[in-house]
Order: sequence, then C-alpha cells, then structure tokens
Amino acid sequence: MTENEGKGFRILVTFCVMFLFWLLLSGIFERLYITAGVICSLIVAVISHDLFVVGKRNKTIVRSFRVLMYIPWELWQIVLANLDVAYRVLHPKMPIDPLIVEFDTSLRSDFALVTLANSITLTPGTITIDIRKGRFWVHAIAKEPAEALTVDGTMQQKVADAYMEW
Amino acid sequence: MLEVIVILVLALGVFFLFVGAIGLLRFPDFYTRLHATGKCDTLGVGLVILGLLIYHLFYYSDTLLVCVKLLFLILFILISNPTATYALMKAAYKTGVVPWKLGDERR
Amino acid sequence: MIEIELFQKIFLAVGLLIAVTILLCIYRAVVGPGVFNVVVAVNVIGTKTIALLVLIGYYFERPMFFDIALLYAMLNFIGTLIFAKYLERGEVCSR
Repeated sequence: MTENEGKGFRILVTFCVMFLFWLLLSGIFERLYITAGVICSLIVAVISHDLFVVGKRNKTIVRSFRVLMYIPWELWQIVLANLDVAYRVLHPKMPIDPLIVEFDTSLRSDFALVTLANSITLTPGTITIDIRKGRFWVHAIAKEPAEALTVDGTMQQKVADAYMEW
Repeated sequence: MLEVIVILVLALGVFFLFVGAIGLLRFPDFYTRLHATGKCDTLGVGLVILGLLIYHLFYYSDTLLVCVKLLFLILFILISNPTATYALMKAAYKTGVVPWKLGDERR
Repeated sequence: MIEIELFQKIFLAVGLLIAVTILLCIYRAVVGPGVFNVVVAVNVIGTKTIALLVLIGYYFERPMFFDIALLYAMLNFIGTLIFAKYLERGEVCSR
C-alpha cells in the first residue's frame, strides 16, 4: 500500500532527525565529527526508515501544533495526581478502595490511543490496563477518580481536539 | 534569591521520591503499589533534574547545549515511565494476579 | 550570588537522601511475594539512579555523567519492557 511510495520522503525525515540528534548530543562542530555524523545518520536512516515515520499524513503541522497546546494542561494534571497520591499514602488510615472499570472511546489512530493511555496513567487515581479496538480497561484507586474519568469525559474531549478526530 | 528557588525545587523532588518509596512499602497489593510508584517517581526525578537545570543556567552559562540535553532527558522519562507501568500491569492482569478489595489481608 | 562550595554541600545532602530512598526500596525487592513486586522494585531503583547520576555529575564537575544517565534511562526502560513481555507470553521472540 504505502510500501514504496514516499520512501524517499521517509528516509529524508529520518536522516534529518538523526543528524539533529547527533549535533545535540555531541556539541562539536568540526569537519571530522560532522562527516562521521553524516555517515552514521545515513546508515541508520537507510536501515530503519519505516519504523520511524508511519506513512504520509495530511495536516501534520497543524496536528503537532495542537498537540503542543495540549501539553500544559497535561503538566497541571501531573501535579494534581501527585498531590492526590501523597495524600493517600501519608494519611494514617490509607483511604483506598480499588476497582476496575471499562469504557469505550471513539479515537481510532495509534498516536491518539497512546496519548490517551499515557494521560490516563498520569491523571489522579487511574492506570490503564488494556486497550482493544477502542475499549479501555482502567484500574482506579477509589470511586471518585473513576467517576471523573467515565462520567465527565473532559480528557477524551481534549485528546480528540488535539488530534482532530471528533 | 536564585539559591532559594533551586533549594525549593530540589527539596520538592526529594519529597516526592520519599512518598514513592513509602507507598511501595505501605500499600497492600501489587496494583496499588504501581499507582504509587508510576506517578510519584516520574515527577520526583523530573523535579530534581529541573532544579539542576536552573542551577546550570545561572552558574555555567557558556555551555547551553547541556541544558537541551537535560530537557530531552526529562521528556524521555515523562514518556517512558508510564509506558513501562502500563506494560507491567497488563502482564500481571493477563497472567491472573487477583486485585485487592477492601477487607482482604495484605499480599 | 553565593559561591559554588555551598552548593556542593547541598548536592551531597540531596544525594544522601536519595540513597536512603533506594535503601527503602531494597526491602520490597528482597521480600515481595511473587516475581512482579521484584520487577517493580528494580524499575524504581533504576529510575532513582538516573537522578543520582545527574547529581554526581554536578558534584564532581564532569559533564560525561549526563550521557551515562541518558543511556541508563533507555536501558532501564527496555529491560522492564522485556521482563513484562516475557512474563506475559512465556517467550520473547515469537516466530
């Protein structure tokens, strides 16, 4: 299907990213090291270009911009999650009551599912267990975070906005 | 002023690392222990490295490429720790480890 | 701006506190009924080691330790994933 079309595009993108990473890690701009970097990046790009970029997508730049706008909300949720866990750990009575819930989403592409699974793991009180064709199994540590995930639906709406998959 | 910020961020990072270790010892079941470490450990290490990054920006400000390397390290830990947590939890669920309900004994 | 010597003492104190948390995790790695608790404890010790490596890099003023920390983060992640895959399926490569 997209085996041989766009092959040059994929090799070019992989080569650029690998060479940028080489320059970032070494920080030396002399002739010998840059030549070695170009040769190594070329070998890596030719061998594994189809693992890195998965087919041509349309609207990639708009999509990455919207993902960048989703990240600050995510960082605020990480801080809230950690304060919640600290409260449950340090309380003398340890108020936990674990249960497992399942729910359905309407996202279908790989990137969106992985982002939603990571976000569920980093929000207060829930961890993903399994994903199968848009159906999530989630382990929650008390009743309130489980309700906030399934009944509310803010997080799924935000991920769907970031990847434009209403 | 700057040293107060660095000490504050480092102290917060070490506090969250302590909470993660205490949670690992105190919780009664495997799934709940993963809750404690998967969230607290990530933020604790992220805050410690962030504090050192602020220290580097003001005391050694002629090698700024190292700051980008440390920022990449923080980003990698923020993505890889939840993924490893999810993989371990899926393996335990498929193999048949039974979750803990309120009123059982510790396992 | 205070001198760097005071910051050396602060880094030493923080490094000792992180070492104490690693000692707390070793209890769960030794006891810990079943293999899953041991794997979680080893992953947590590896993550705390990354923070300790960056701290040591600033204490001894050698910038080589940041590259070692980056490499160890990747090794720790891949090691935990391979353990999880083996415990779930009973084999690592399925052909």
